[in-house]
Amino acid sequence: MKLRRTMLYVPGNNAGMMKDAHIYRSDSVMFDLEDSVSLNEKDTARFLVFNALTTLDYGGIETVVRINGLDSPYGREDIRAMVRARPNVIRLPKTETAQDIKDVEELIEEEEKACGYEVGTIKLMAAIEGPLGVLNAYEIALASTRMIGIALGAEDYVTSMKTKRSPEGVEILFARSMILNAARAAGIYAIDTVYADVNNEEGFLDEVKLIHQLGFDGKSVITPRQIQPVHDIFCPTNKEIDHALKVLEVIKEAESKQSGVISLNGKMVDKPIVERAERVLEMAKASGINIDELEDDYNE
Amino acid sequence: MSKNAIGREIPEELDGVKLTPFDGAVKHTPLVRQDKGNRQLPRLNKLVDTIEQAVIKSGLQDGMTISFHHHFRSGDYIVNMVMDVISRMGIKDLTIAASSLMAHHDELIGHIENGTVTQLITSGLRGKLAKFVSAGKMGKPVLFHSHGGRARAIEVGQIKIDVAFLGVPSCDVYGNANGYTGPSACGSLGYAMVDAKHSETVVLITDFLADYPNTPFSIDQDLVDIIVKVDAVGDPKKISTGATRITQNPRDLLIARNAADFIVASPYFEDGFSMQTGSGGASLATTRFLTEQMEKKNITASWALGGITSQMVKMHEAGLIKKMLDIQTFDQDSIESIAKNRLHTEIDASYYANPLNKGCAVNKLNVVILSALEIDLNFNVNVLTGSDGVIMGASGGHSDTAIGSGLSVIVAPLVRGRTSTVTENVLTVITPGESVDVFVSDRGIAINPRRKDLIEHFKKVHLPFSTMEELLEKAERLVGKPDSIEFTDRIVGLVEYRDGTIIDVVRQVKALD
Repeated sequence: MKLRRTMLYVPGNNAGMMKDAHIYRSDSVMFDLEDSVSLNEKDTARFLVFNALTTLDYGGIETVVRINGLDSPYGREDIRAMVRARPNVIRLPKTETAQDIKDVEELIEEEEKACGYEVGTIKLMAAIEGPLGVLNAYEIALASTRMIGIALGAEDYVTSMKTKRSPEGVEILFARSMILNAARAAGIYAIDTVYADVNNEEGFLDEVKLIHQLGFDGKSVITPRQIQPVHDIFCPTNKEIDHALKVLEVIKEAESKQSGVISLNGKMVDKPIVERAERVLEMAKASGINIDELEDDYNE
Repeated sequence: MSKNAIGREIPEELDGVKLTPFDGAVKHTPLVRQDKGNRQLPRLNKLVDTIEQAVIKSGLQDGMTISFHHHFRSGDYIVNMVMDVISRMGIKDLTIAASSLMAHHDELIGHIENGTVTQLITSGLRGKLAKFVSAGKMGKPVLFHSHGGRARAIEVGQIKIDVAFLGVPSCDVYGNANGYTGPSACGSLGYAMVDAKHSETVVLITDFLADYPNTPFSIDQDLVDIIVKVDAVGDPKKISTGATRITQNPRDLLIARNAADFIVASPYFEDGFSMQTGSGGASLATTRFLTEQMEKKNITASWALGGITSQMVKMHEAGLIKKMLDIQTFDQDSIESIAKNRLHTEIDASYYANPLNKGCAVNKLNVVILSALEIDLNFNVNVLTGSDGVIMGASGGHSDTAIGSGLSVIVAPLVRGRTSTVTENVLTVITPGESVDVFVSDRGIAINPRRKDLIEHFKKVHLPFSTMEELLEKAERLVGKPDSIEFTDRIVGLVEYRDGTIIDVVRQVKALD
């Protein structure tokens, strides 16, 4: 299972941060050519990101580049350069319609062909940052086979919705739910928006707990300090792992006895419960927990 | 037989032992009360009005050795204040034996140039003074020592201090001094206590004269010759901050987390262990992650040594550390703690780390976390000279705690700016590799191959392990291999290991020639 619990924003014009981007062990790093780069630094950033991606060893961590939109003077040049830099994923900001994705895909394909690269190796993800994009989330998610995920960008969204962000996030619940539902329907990842108040650890944890409960795969983070807390919250608890192991155990037992209705502690074990158990164990393994050791303990 | 002063018959000799007849109550003890009728107490007045009077009274002469301590850190006024007076008085050829010197002591350059000071013995040098020495502008090489090494040298008489000028936050008219009372409180006076015990003449300089007796005291009245009251011994804002804050720098936090993960997985992380951390960056931040793990695993430390900061005090108050031994107190919270908490005990530099006394605290230490400017493939550590070869740091307790502890953990980023922290050979060895157990960086952890037990222990532990060679390669891939710094043959500094042997020399930097 590919984890995308954390996607670390790194401004594309900051060489110092780019050189260290991967050491904090986020699941993905995202070099930004868009909003964190001022207009007079657009070409510098593009050049820096290109060189970082082609020179530095990011140790297998997924690399994502957020390009400028095609409605800006920079989007096309960003694509030209980034296809050659070969990040794993190109992220399009402010996606409104499926056509936005198709337009980007077309340009990527052109460049891939021009470079002699295999078509389709660079994946795509879309940030949805406005009301129209939210309504089109499902079409956007299905717009290309390259699509690996859709992400909410809440700051622009709340402005368009004539409100502002609150700690509880009730104003973005609809957008979160739409995006999440669209991602699940399309079978791709759903990534939550950033939490900007970097020194409010408590507020950040509350928000991560909320989006984890909603079902998001992960969150965009803007400082390395936000990485570990997300991973901690996404890591299954020992109790959850224990329960998952027991579920799989009774299933195995029932299969060998060929019994029909299976129950654990008086509760029926059906398909969704088994799937959830399998996902818990996968996530635990991916989070670095040694399940075999736990299984041994459990068997004892 | 002869009659003594009160008319008693006293033999001149008994069983071959010569006897001295009583000759009056104050005859042989000129320092005690001579006139009972005088109610201006005490008669023995150690107080003088000015530093100059103190210098005169101390009998300071050309060629002597004077000492200072560094408990006031960057807020210290004493060194510059005293040296100004001595320089004006025209005394020449002095050796300054300071426990350490800070950047703002660069006023010493003038005193060196005019011949007042001809030698420096110190733990470290910074700023312009350090550059001055690295440039070869001082006649005799500076002798760098560790904190434990200095205490040893003073106790065995290798460093003979003629006059110690010791700034103290408070003392009474008889010289009972402590570090936690008064406007310039600095906490422990651990380094100064050694000087007070072993110097020929002890001058205390204070800005707060306390009522007699100023208890509890760290420096006892019976050691003190002269006392001067001045307006201020230092700048309180620079002597200590309110509470030492844990860094928010993500890289330091990452290193700290790696270090804590390593310590927690090591055999040393057990109930009742002892520890010391540095006061800065990643070293201090390690306490944050250790705290989490200690709470989670229900492990408490029996004691902490050092360099006490508010982080340690917090852990103590939360029941995670039972006792603290304090050679140097870093912030306001810990100064308040040492003043009121009997489980927070002041120790002197000899007790802390003198390798030749009958038992120093570092020998009982399980885990120490230390920083480094450079570390090499042999695990030798440099904390003295920068990547440009210029002196910029201090030996401190680095080599003392590294060898004393069971597990010495060196923390540093693998790359600083454009230079690698890991090098083939460090510029200056302060701490020999045989006393260093593990290097923890942001890009990997290297266990010293000498510690076969640790390597075996960590075989099953999943942490980002590398060899030192791999880390060097990783760093050089990123920043390249720099040209070597060019030095001349001239030796500007001798680095003394804690036992008094010379572990390395510092040479003049050619670019500064």
